[in-house]
Amino acid sequence: MTAISARRRHPLAAAVVLFVALLLFGGLYAAFAPASQADVQASTSTQIDEGRKLFAIGCSSCHGLNGEGQSRDDGTVLGPSLVGVGAAAVDFQVGTGRMPAGPPGAQLPRKEVQYTQDEIDALAAYVASFAPGPEIPGAAAVDPQRGNVARGGELFRTNCAQCHNATGQGGALSYGKYAPPLAGVEPKHMYEAMLTGPQSMPVFNDTTITPDQKRDIIAFLKHIEDEPNPGGAGIGRIGPVSEGLWGWLIGIGSLIGAAVWLGAKRS
Amino acid sequence: MTISRDDEMSDYTTEAGTELERRERAGDPIGDPGLPESPPRLTDLDERAARRAERQVAGMFGLAAVLTVAFLVAYVVFPIAADEGGVDVGAVRDSNLALGLTLGGALLLIGIGAIHWARKLMTSHQVVHERHELRSNDETRAAALADFEVGAEESGFGRRKLIRNSLIGAMLLLPLPAVILLRDLGPAPGGVKKNTVWDTGVRVVKDRSFTPIRPSDMQVGSLVVAMPETYQDLPDHGPARPNERGKASVFLIRMQPGEFRVEEGRENWHVDGIVCYSKICTHVGCPITLYERDTHHMLCPCHQSTFDLANSGEAIFGPANRPLPQLPLAVDDEGYLIAQSDFVDPVGPSFWEMNT
Repeated sequence: MTAISARRRHPLAAAVVLFVALLLFGGLYAAFAPASQADVQASTSTQIDEGRKLFAIGCSSCHGLNGEGQSRDDGTVLGPSLVGVGAAAVDFQVGTGRMPAGPPGAQLPRKEVQYTQDEIDALAAYVASFAPGPEIPGAAAVDPQRGNVARGGELFRTNCAQCHNATGQGGALSYGKYAPPLAGVEPKHMYEAMLTGPQSMPVFNDTTITPDQKRDIIAFLKHIEDEPNPGGAGIGRIGPVSEGLWGWLIGIGSLIGAAVWLGAKRS
Repeated sequence: MTISRDDEMSDYTTEAGTELERRERAGDPIGDPGLPESPPRLTDLDERAARRAERQVAGMFGLAAVLTVAFLVAYVVFPIAADEGGVDVGAVRDSNLALGLTLGGALLLIGIGAIHWARKLMTSHQVVHERHELRSNDETRAAALADFEVGAEESGFGRRKLIRNSLIGAMLLLPLPAVILLRDLGPAPGGVKKNTVWDTGVRVVKDRSFTPIRPSDMQVGSLVVAMPETYQDLPDHGPARPNERGKASVFLIRMQPGEFRVEEGRENWHVDGIVCYSKICTHVGCPITLYERDTHHMLCPCHQSTFDLANSGEAIFGPANRPLPQLPLAVDDEGYLIAQSDFVDPVGPSFWEMNT
């Protein structure tokens, strides 16, 4: 310690402290940045009875025993009606862990999945039996290998990038809501999100964005997810914000350090 | 360069001998300490330290030379051509990294070496540059004035009134050609800021695919980013396309009828709950389609202006102070969505003559 404190008035001390602090915070961020994954397998079994039992235990306290929705006397919605939301909405909401909901907030976050895929399929089959609605897409409909990456990119930039960012990194909306990042999301869930429009997201039904176009968008998202960062470090892949911050702190910081060294007393 | 008041200081300390005289000068209450004595550097005292500094500087210059040669080598060693012709992006990255590190390192080392040289080895003594008064002395000023008067007298400008007046007249007419030339630059902008290519009967088509839209294509909660069908007819080159993309871009959303307030005079502007608004923020013109389906809020990503689409596009938050302009919709004979007319309100940022 004495070796360090003896140099605390060194002309470069401030610059060194700044640099070390930046490295430290950058490293901490990299270590703690959320990494997410969801591993669910596709299955097509329909077990409406099984689903009814699961629904009564796990979902009916908010959505009502028959999925009709519930609200308090003052009009606060406890759980919306699920009539007509279809199997796709259930597979998305439960399959990404958004349902069952945690504590109330501006938006339900993606979290650990609480049900097995068989249970999710049973729930989906049960909810789909209320009224016709969007169905879970087949494996071929969401296969990124079959999509056109270039066309998907064009569609993504026109319809999705305004909220989800041009590279699918997500972004802020109003009052604490946000468009989630799309890296690591299963192709099936991407398709279902477009089809059903969960939470704040608008609906992109099959007549506004065709199933083929949805597959193109999925292909684009999976392609950029695998794409290397040509500059070396991605620093969040959110473009000018993090790159500008880097330029301001590290770039201008080292210029200031150089200026301090130039003007420092000679010894 | 250091500018110092050392000369005044010497007045205080040597010439102004007594306390009384010093007070008359009414100078700073706290005297100028002048330049501090600079102690000799280690390299001034210790010949070995000086030689070490010399070696350091020479080492940096030598390393700079090595890096310059490395640049030349890297230029040859990292080719950027791809096997199938064109340029390989990955190889360009490696090449750029190597070229940048070597040449940047060489320049940086020459600079650091030069400064190290100056700080450690070059003669180090402080020099005072005195600042002189800007005003010329009275003699020079009088001489300049006299010269001017002689010149004025000899030219006869005041005496020969005919010459003077004809010169003034000629000068007065001189700006006229400039006015003529500037007026001839082209037609005045006219309604370009108020009008777009939207017009009566122009079909609303999906952006990118340019396919027309039926009302039944859109579910409640859908969002479609759209353009006027006539946009495709604009010339490929020139300013028309980018201008219209910046002005005529729109989006459609579908709400439950009864879920949104219809402003007086706009009762027939929507088709079964499908409304069409300008995609251009009324603050500084960013494109906005950050639509929150559950609240019907449209958020601008640039400055967080928020528009309530369930209430005629009213600006409810942020710097925008004008509602989003709405495009009146109708359905044509074939069942596709069309515009009833151009926008009634000008799209994009507000401007001075907007309401004239």
